[in-house]
Amino acid sequence: MIPELGQFALALALILALTQGTLPLVGAARGMPSWMNLARPAAQGQFVFVAIAFGCLTYSFINNDFSVLYVASNSNSALPLQYRIAGVWGGHEGSLLLWVLMLSLWTMAVSVFSSHLPDDIIARVLGVLGLISVGFLSFMLFTSNPFDRLLPAAMDGRDLNPLLQDPGMVLHPPMLYMGYVGFSVAFAFAISALLSGRLDATWARWSRPWTTTAWMFLTLGIALGSWWAYYELGWGGWWFWDPVENASFMPWLMGTALIHSLAVTEKRGAFKSWTVLLAIFAFALSLLGTFLVRSGVITSVHAFATDPKRGIFILAFLVIVIGGSLALFAWRAHRVGLGGHFEVVSRETFLLTNNVLLVVAAGAVLLGTLYPLFLDALGLGKLSVGPPYFEIVFVVLMAPALFLMGVGPLARWKQASLPELAVRLKWAFVVSVVTALLLPLTMGQWTPLASFGLLLALWIVASSVTTLWSRLKQTPGASLSKKLRAQSRSYYGMLLAHVGVAVFVVGVTMVKSYEAEKDVRLAIGDTVELGGYAFRFDGLNEVKGPNYTAVRGTLTVTRGGAGVATMYPEKRIYNVQKNAMTEAAINTGFTRDLYVSLGEPVGDNAWVVRVQVKPFVDWIWGGCVLMALGGLLAVLDRRYRVAARARTREDALAAGAAAAS
Amino acid sequence: MKRWQWWLLPLGIFLVLVVFLGVGLTLNPREVPSPLIGKPAPPFELPQLHEPQKTFSQKDVAGKVWLLNVWASWCAPCREEHPLWVELAKANVAPIYGLNYKDKRADSIAWLQRYGNPYVLSVSDSQGRIGIDYGVYGVPETYVIDKRGVIRFKQIGPVTPTVLKEKILPLIAKLNENT
Repeated sequence: MIPELGQFALALALILALTQGTLPLVGAARGMPSWMNLARPAAQGQFVFVAIAFGCLTYSFINNDFSVLYVASNSNSALPLQYRIAGVWGGHEGSLLLWVLMLSLWTMAVSVFSSHLPDDIIARVLGVLGLISVGFLSFMLFTSNPFDRLLPAAMDGRDLNPLLQDPGMVLHPPMLYMGYVGFSVAFAFAISALLSGRLDATWARWSRPWTTTAWMFLTLGIALGSWWAYYELGWGGWWFWDPVENASFMPWLMGTALIHSLAVTEKRGAFKSWTVLLAIFAFALSLLGTFLVRSGVITSVHAFATDPKRGIFILAFLVIVIGGSLALFAWRAHRVGLGGHFEVVSRETFLLTNNVLLVVAAGAVLLGTLYPLFLDALGLGKLSVGPPYFEIVFVVLMAPALFLMGVGPLARWKQASLPELAVRLKWAFVVSVVTALLLPLTMGQWTPLASFGLLLALWIVASSVTTLWSRLKQTPGASLSKKLRAQSRSYYGMLLAHVGVAVFVVGVTMVKSYEAEKDVRLAIGDTVELGGYAFRFDGLNEVKGPNYTAVRGTLTVTRGGAGVATMYPEKRIYNVQKNAMTEAAINTGFTRDLYVSLGEPVGDNAWVVRVQVKPFVDWIWGGCVLMALGGLLAVLDRRYRVAARARTREDALAAGAAAAS
Repeated sequence: MKRWQWWLLPLGIFLVLVVFLGVGLTLNPREVPSPLIGKPAPPFELPQLHEPQKTFSQKDVAGKVWLLNVWASWCAPCREEHPLWVELAKANVAPIYGLNYKDKRADSIAWLQRYGNPYVLSVSDSQGRIGIDYGVYGVPETYVIDKRGVIRFKQIGPVTPTVLKEKILPLIAKLNENT
């Protein structure tokens, strides 16, 4: 009964989405307020029904209803409760439902927090979001229904993939999807600006906080996924340039370009059509990511059940949504004009250059991800593009981008002077060069790459401090704390996010340059030395988990005779799917992680054990958290709450006047 | 902005991409040349599903072209491909043997009763040990094994009518011609 209720709720949501995606758009085009006003109730009703459907599926999971095919395929009666709940998005159908839930949540948020927007704009934004929702709801109902019954019911379920039975995996998909789907709001704003023909600074101001919020979630989602891969896959790697990872990374790069471009459009009225294009691209890449993961066009370690039938549906959807909006772009955007004029040396130019670098980087990732597909389609053979390609491309493209990150915030809008910038940044430059040259020596070995990575990170921090300092000097005020308080939250958000990038770069550089690992055969009592640490293998015992049995090793780690930690790596066998899982033991520290995983037994109580020392690895995720916090600060800026109302009214008047003239 | 054609550029690039993605859909990235292809099928001797006291090993089919289908009663995609096997068994093209993978005996027999039994016989690999030798990483999987016991084709996931018609049947015909 409950699953049928869920299905019915989905069908009702589809009807509401159809209403939301058509009538308000027509109403906005023809100027019919009563049709435009349908947008908000339809969006909110849709959210209620999608939430009911999601609740129904969760209920079936919690109560082990194995007469539902999807539950039987992704859960098991012995599965602990938290993973039965996470199992809801453990497979294809449920992840789609999560996608739709997130979309309706964003849509509802737009409908609630948009009282200051003109009616026609909100009708168009919600209308576009409604159309996207129509696509996904019908995709789900017609090709991937999570509520399909399995008759007769299975005795028990096939269990959730053991890789996904992990706290990181409980949170990773919702975060990631919040980000992915959030770009649909930026997209909807861009499309409605194109439709209305009012492509101006106000449009950028409205869509900026939404875009930043989505970007923030995406940052956290990707970081969580990377962290999960690090400790759960048991190899100690944190990024694999896997197609599915790339699928989440491309929208991130595009979204990063977009939030910077939106800043220029809001502040200076420039880059308008470029910003619109970025908004379309960011969402297009989110959709493309969904297509790549779900269609089976590309193989991946994340291989979920894939199905070409579904691929055709998503591809058609992609053509309609993205092809349609790019056609609209071609038709409308060339009339927009370039907006505010700026000189070659100006903050606009720096931001534009960074933008281009980010877009090219996203393009390079796309190329690397799809290259095997291109070759296969042209009949030139099968191959895969590996990390070396991506790493080289990234170092080459991101190094200048990181350098410009230091210069941009200090440069003036419209026209800046290079000599003046050089004078203001000379100390930041000297300090970061000297430190970067010396710092690797403390690690015992100097390498050019380590020095270069640290240089970029230090440069970002030093130039950010310089920027803040010169800004404080210009701020009138008696005391330093008053001056500090006078700066806006979004300014601090920007600085924090940039410092986050620096912290991230430190993590990547140090891990790449100084990580050490050893695969050794250890019998009980043996000791292995690595990076100044001694790991002694003390023994093995058997452990029973709720739905697995495990062999657990005990290793005592000492450094110079002093105890550091006792570590318990495990090898688990999950009862239902019989998969062996390596559960690494990690000792986390501020400047290094110790990472121990059990390999295979090699007779006589001896095991192959992999021990790793990973310097500064946690800075990678720490940096991501700082970036996300920077985004949060920017979104919480006062001007979005206090000034929005008053200003928009003026804008609406001005727009009305412009339309009348 | 006189050169309005330039504004069509993003659309053009996108459409090229779509064409490739569309072509990509017709290809099968899972058709990775399995390391087992061209190698002798890993040997096994396992109890038969219906008569557990008897065993079966590849020696019993030496000199024939045969199909090994990995299946399980808990496997939903198996049910999708199953009618194809039932049809194929009726056509009597090649003997189909089942490897019943990580399954309970009673469930499997009930499942065959319900959906039909296309197999000459099935063997029980209740622990999944043979599955490891064959590199089974998803059920169903299907192997075409030639007269000398060499694996010639491997399908990961359910066999579709297209794969059966365009790949498996021609291969069986070819293998049966060669002696």
